[in-house]
Amino acid sequence: MNTEKLQQIKSTTRSPMPAEVRLSPGAWLKKNLFYSWFSSILTITLLALAVLLIKNIAGWTFFTARWEVISANFKLFMVGQYPIEQLWRVWTALLLVSLFIGLTYGAKRGISTIMFFSVTTVYLVSIVLPFISGSSRFWLVGALVSLGVGVGIGMIVPYLKKVVGYAWILCFILVLFFIQGFGILPEVRTNTWGGLMLTMMLATIAIVFSFPIGVLFALGRASKLPIVRTISVIYIEVIRGVPLITILFMAQIMVPLFLPGGVTVDNVVRAMVGLVIFNSAYIAENVRGGLQSVPNSQVEASHALGLSTFKTTVFIVLPQALRVTIPSMVGQSISILKDTTLVATVGLLDILGIGRTVTSNPEFLGTQKEVFVFVALLFWVICFTMSVTSRKLERSLSVGHN
Amino acid sequence: MAEPSTHKRPPFWRNQKYLNLIWQLLFLVFIIGFIVFLATNAMAGLNRAGLGLSFQFLTNRASFPIGETVVSFSPSDTFVRALYVGFLNTLKVSIVGIVLTTIVGVLVGISRLSSNWLLRTLSTWYIEIFRNTPVLVQIFFWYFAVMLAMPRIQDVNANYGFIISNRGFVFPWFDANSSLWIWLALLLVLLIAAFLTFKWKNKQQIEQGKKLYPSLWLIGVLIIGIGVGYLVLGEFPASLSLPEHTGTGSVGGYRFSPEFAAILFALVMYTATYIAEIVRGGILAVPKGQIEAAEALGLSSSKILRFVTFPQAIRTIIPPVTSQYLGLAKNSSLAVAVGYPDLFSVGSTTLNQTGRAIEVITIMLLAYLTISVVTSIIMNIYNKYTALVER
Repeated sequence: MNTEKLQQIKSTTRSPMPAEVRLSPGAWLKKNLFYSWFSSILTITLLALAVLLIKNIAGWTFFTARWEVISANFKLFMVGQYPIEQLWRVWTALLLVSLFIGLTYGAKRGISTIMFFSVTTVYLVSIVLPFISGSSRFWLVGALVSLGVGVGIGMIVPYLKKVVGYAWILCFILVLFFIQGFGILPEVRTNTWGGLMLTMMLATIAIVFSFPIGVLFALGRASKLPIVRTISVIYIEVIRGVPLITILFMAQIMVPLFLPGGVTVDNVVRAMVGLVIFNSAYIAENVRGGLQSVPNSQVEASHALGLSTFKTTVFIVLPQALRVTIPSMVGQSISILKDTTLVATVGLLDILGIGRTVTSNPEFLGTQKEVFVFVALLFWVICFTMSVTSRKLERSLSVGHN
Repeated sequence: MAEPSTHKRPPFWRNQKYLNLIWQLLFLVFIIGFIVFLATNAMAGLNRAGLGLSFQFLTNRASFPIGETVVSFSPSDTFVRALYVGFLNTLKVSIVGIVLTTIVGVLVGISRLSSNWLLRTLSTWYIEIFRNTPVLVQIFFWYFAVMLAMPRIQDVNANYGFIISNRGFVFPWFDANSSLWIWLALLLVLLIAAFLTFKWKNKQQIEQGKKLYPSLWLIGVLIIGIGVGYLVLGEFPASLSLPEHTGTGSVGGYRFSPEFAAILFALVMYTATYIAEIVRGGILAVPKGQIEAAEALGLSSSKILRFVTFPQAIRTIIPPVTSQYLGLAKNSSLAVAVGYPDLFSVGSTTLNQTGRAIEVITIMLLAYLTISVVTSIIMNIYNKYTALVER
């Protein structure tokens, strides 16, 4: 049989699915909306409800709502009390992050595509917002350029493909350096951090620091050593059995109490400690799931090769376990991002805390709806992007892995 | 073992058994050292503040009011009583929330698989919107932007017994009569009797191969029993109480305070999205062949759902739903943000008044742990009950 014929057979038998049937609009309506009397009643009721809802929401959004409360306090919502003369540092950090997003997209494509395009969209939308100041527009254009430069470099340097994951650690340290100062730049104390910036910092630090701790506790829980296992189990179960708010509260009150006299840490750091303690227990459970999915034969095989327990864990078990854990880790990141709002209840001015102060300002009385819808929308955009990414990730990881 | 002369025992520092022990002891010493370090610091701090570790304060007068209570409470009661009241409030939100969340979640979960496009799309949007926004933002929204923005109670009318104002929701509810307990006992007896009749008739039906209507018998026994009970006792266990508007308030019916309503709505709307996704996943996990086979047997779609899909789906559904229930109970602590006096809120007031940080926090942690443990035990029992029986 010649290859041409083979190709032909291949192309005709490629799809096991029947060809897609195109429905006419009438048939589509009949099939999807009016296939029985019950369905028809349901459709009509829901349609009336939806129209009413959309009409009210649209009416409120475009005519009733006083959006000037957002534009007047936009700086507060974004960076809180961060000193204005030091704002260039936040912008520089944003440029850096943009550069790394660009790099990742340029080098890897795949999953980073969603992130790249959503960030680009957010910048473009922000630039055309009417109340954005000229200098902010300038910086946003800079961030776009930085994205582009990143993509360029990522595509030209093939070596980056391997190291871009680790490069994010560098990016994290650099961003911390620019925002905090580390004593080299004039120090900006954490209690002036606020708004969206504080929310993102809290979430990033909670995720980054709780990851290694969580992995350690997961290994402890899977360990054969009874003392280590018991302590890990107690830690994980106690932390998972109590609400985050009590842990945050505990961190606020107990951290100063437990430190030697004279040592003080400010509110934001205490909240970070609380978030890390909380999140690491949840990450430990996610990782435990991954550890359980690694077949025991792998451990036996590596022992047979003469690898020590430590080497088996680090080189054989963990890489496989963590790979399986990635999707649930993204889910955990989403929930910790949402949970950072709880710091508003212990008096921190994260984006929700700022929202509360803005609505209590007599100048903006009665604008609760606008403020909370805005805050919810911000979170929604970020979390929705992350969850779409996670779904894509899950699909791409499950290919060839059964 | 084969040749002891050439096989030397390894020295004890290479023996895995000893090594394990040594590593564990080192670890233990490290942990204990860390705890001792923290504890000495804490004791030193407490001594500086002039506070020893003691639970004596619990019997002191609380001297703060609690706005909403299940059992009676006055500022002259003790701190123990106050914490107990807070605990009951937490339970109230959690239990009502779990029941409502389950109903909404299951309905939305089934809707997402509906063959009606509009229903499917709307429920998808509901889930995407409510699960991707923080629950605390939702609580604030319901409380500050919805509940407190309602018209004043002076400006609203009672509609069919419902009064909706910035003082909360009032709706018709039942008032217990004096014979409530007798009725409950009677109902229990009736239920058992009806169930036994049903079993008996069902057995006869199978043996004789005739249609004997066992479910009709069941309903019949219940109706006759209730009728006899009413004739003897002369009243029903509870009477309907319709709320009435009194100008600046209302009497009768049952009232959800704005704080309670806000926290309840937010928790239910938020948690239901997760339950809906779990229910959808559980239903999808039932092999398609089973449903096709049931269709081929001629079962109606409601019977397929009841006898084929749901009993199998429930097995995959229960474990993740348990953790959602636990999540809801834990999230109810956010009620403090809108001033609903739950355990956490009362606890932090107690802490502010007494300065007893370690003691109060310990009590709070233990209380929440108890709730978590009890919930998971109940759900595990149920899980065992529905689990697939295998060899």
